Amino acid sequence: MNSLLVKTFYETNPALGKPPEKRGLKELIETGVIPLDKPPSVTSTQVSMWIKKLFSLSKIGHAGTLEF
Amino acid sequence: MTGVLPVTLEKTCKVMDTLLETDKEYVAVMKIHRDVSTEKLNNALAEFQGEIYQVPPARAAVKRRIRIRKIYSIKLLQKKGKYVLFKVHCEAGTYIRKLCVDIGRILGVNSQMVTLRRTRSGVFSEAEAYKPYQVAFAYYMWRERGREDLIRKIVHPVEEALSFLPRIVVKDSAVDPVCHGAYIAVPGVSALSPEIKRGDTVLIQTLKGEAVAIAKANMSTEDIYRRRKGVAANPLKVLMKPGTYSYDTYTEF
Repeated sequence: MNSLLVKTFYETNPALGKPPEKRGLKELIETGVIPLDKPPSVTSTQVSMWIKKLFSLSKIGHAGTLEF
Repeated sequence: MTGVLPVTLEKTCKVMDTLLETDKEYVAVMKIHRDVSTEKLNNALAEFQGEIYQVPPARAAVKRRIRIRKIYSIKLLQKKGKYVLFKVHCEAGTYIRKLCVDIGRILGVNSQMVTLRRTRSGVFSEAEAYKPYQVAFAYYMWRERGREDLIRKIVHPVEEALSFLPRIVVKDSAVDPVCHGAYIAVPGVSALSPEIKRGDTVLIQTLKGEAVAIAKANMSTEDIYRRRKGVAANPLKVLMKPGTYSYDTYTEF
């Protein structure tokens, strides 16, 4: 974390939201990113679709195709 | 082609375009069709440092017109006969296959890319990237054995993937309006990164560190810090579910 400039100091209500590291697994997956090490034998799309199926997700995407 | 491929799950897919803009690091093997000296090769690679003009390859999914891309660094790692191993740190959208052909042009020989491995994409380096079998194993341990630790290592929160962005931290009562698309007003700002310029893409965060939205800064850090009112930033993509910081349950601290 890089340093922040404090404009006004505020307290946060512990009843609202929760820090990212306290997320339940379901929530974590819903707001998650997997840094994958793509093997050479499959395409980026294939490996993404495989993860989508494995985790029974409704949406998946991959950042930057590694095909050519 | 192998290497780091950040895969976004569910709602994180919304921030894909932001993740696509991050810089990348690759190692590549290039084949040159006529042997050249290491010195000549080093000189040719040095020519590519800085801004380069590149026409996307014919197979590419983008429009084929000259684009300017930045090469932050390019370094020869090893040369064995006609095979050249090099490392490159570049801006998003640089085609390494094209780069290999262009390096050959500078050398006056034909050349092509043989293999490519992405060693870093944004904040994720290859040291913390997982192979599919590791993902499968972690999933199995979670589902069949009830062990969450492995899957928690593999799935990173969106905040981490976006941690390269400058940030604006807003107070609790300003969160829900932003979830509904409202602009970020100066009085709602609690803290902010020192380097924001007008027009920058910024991450709006809660005091607890949760990502609320990706926004476009309307003021520089200095202005946000000094002013008492006005629009600090406009949300582009809302990440947090509305109601998480609902006003109804909000009590002033």
